[in-house]
Amino acid sequence: MPVSVEEVFETVKMTLDHHFDIRTVTLGINLKDCMDRTLTGLTERIYRRILEKGRLLNKCANSIEHKYGIPITNRRIAVTPAALLLEPLPRRIDTAVRLAKALDAAAKKANIDFIGGFGAMVQKGMTAADEKLIEAIPQALSKTNRLCGFLNLASTAAGINMNAVEKFGHTLIQLAHLTKNGIGCAKVAVFANVPEDNPFMAGAHHGIGEPDFSLNVGISGPGVVRDVVSQNPDADLTQLSEVIKRTVFKITRAGELIGREMAQLMKVDFGIVDISLASTTSAHDSVAEIIEAMGVKQMGLPGSTAALAMLMDAVKKGGAMASGNIGGLSGTFIPVSEDAAMSRAVKDGTLNLQKLEALTSVCSVGMDMFAVPGDTPPDVLSAIIADELSIGVINNKTTGVRVIPVPGKKPGDIVSFGGLLGSAPVMEVPKIAAKKFIQRKGRIPSPIQAMRN
Amino acid sequence: MAKKNKPQVCIITVTGADRVGIIAKLATAMAKANINILDVNQKIMEDYFVMTMAVDITKATINTEKIKKSLDKIAEEMSLNIAFQDENIFKAMHRV
Repeated sequence: MPVSVEEVFETVKMTLDHHFDIRTVTLGINLKDCMDRTLTGLTERIYRRILEKGRLLNKCANSIEHKYGIPITNRRIAVTPAALLLEPLPRRIDTAVRLAKALDAAAKKANIDFIGGFGAMVQKGMTAADEKLIEAIPQALSKTNRLCGFLNLASTAAGINMNAVEKFGHTLIQLAHLTKNGIGCAKVAVFANVPEDNPFMAGAHHGIGEPDFSLNVGISGPGVVRDVVSQNPDADLTQLSEVIKRTVFKITRAGELIGREMAQLMKVDFGIVDISLASTTSAHDSVAEIIEAMGVKQMGLPGSTAALAMLMDAVKKGGAMASGNIGGLSGTFIPVSEDAAMSRAVKDGTLNLQKLEALTSVCSVGMDMFAVPGDTPPDVLSAIIADELSIGVINNKTTGVRVIPVPGKKPGDIVSFGGLLGSAPVMEVPKIAAKKFIQRKGRIPSPIQAMRN
Repeated sequence: MAKKNKPQVCIITVTGADRVGIIAKLATAMAKANINILDVNQKIMEDYFVMTMAVDITKATINTEKIKKSLDKIAEEMSLNIAFQDENIFKAMHRV
């Protein structure tokens, strides 16, 4: 049966009017075999590999973009967690920083938008190399442009590594002071239950259970979903859920097709499609606006959590029907600065830190891209992180935190991070929280939910 | 090698204001590149004029990037939006 004008028009309209795009094609690259007792031995090998594969990724993405007429907005690389690569090397901060620079230089040369994986899995404990990597984060991320970092600080199986959570509070403050408006902190996210095949930054990395190469796709279409919700003002919630599901099915199929073909063209394994709705700063390309189109007066007001939960569920159902390879985060992102309506809700006072945390319990992927005053004490940042990670640990899901302490700013000040990172009002945070609790350190044991064997 | 004989079908979608000569211009560009036109449809939808043209590019003398460029030129000259996409994207999105 030939495709009809209606079907064609629906697809064309998605890209033309509603910002539908393939948000990212992310190539996961195994670097374990590049490990060496000398730093130059390691960096030379990884540089060559990233350059070769990065260029191929760009070439193939361009060709697929032309073929299907769907923009592929970002081309990214995710590598083996860098802490692992540091294991055979001298335990020094500058070794980790030089590795960071090598990764960044390779990404720049290959013209890759972002390279992720400067991170460590420390949910249960830190090796000496992990500790040096964490200590190197302020320098590494302030002296590079395209490199992103992540830490997995907790998991349902291991509990929460409070030693690392406490340490990271200080790391964040140091990083914030080394970059304008604390923007370096936008390049590092901490997680509970981090997925090893996530194509989205800042948390992307190529997990140790992955093959040599793996091509992962992140689709995105908040604008498309918002449009379909707006077009059904009289649908009851059951019908609305169905409409959202159908729409997400379509955009996921596009992602699956493009991912498969990209992988085939590059002669690498196809990994997963991440169906997360990811907002951009463009007008109407916003998850918060979907919630508002569903009938909540403004994001953050009572009703938001239920609406978000329903949206999330419909997205998952549509995605699961469309692709057998759903993975990564596959949630719904609600970043404050990157989503114009989220940012507006904070400014108007309908969304505060407490409600943001509540929202993340029904969606992914945590408290993302929100600004706090630069003089927020490290133990308060650690406490915010511990709270958010505990939601992930107890509920067997991924949660993350990407918080930006902005030096010299007070609650209510608007900070612009530039470009796709958007702008956000600085949120009110208490100056005293749980200092004693955080300073106890140790590990919050894995919850009873972990005992499933 | 039955696969080689399978046509590679692409869909050209024109949206914008209807005017004289759209099909003529597209047809000329296609003929120049040895691209066979399989089907043409048009409709007014949600205030848009929409025309779709299915073409077989198996024997095209230029690659998809160049086809796209020549269509972009026509789009600019005639103040239209023209998309050029492999048919499989529509099949993937709209067929179970």
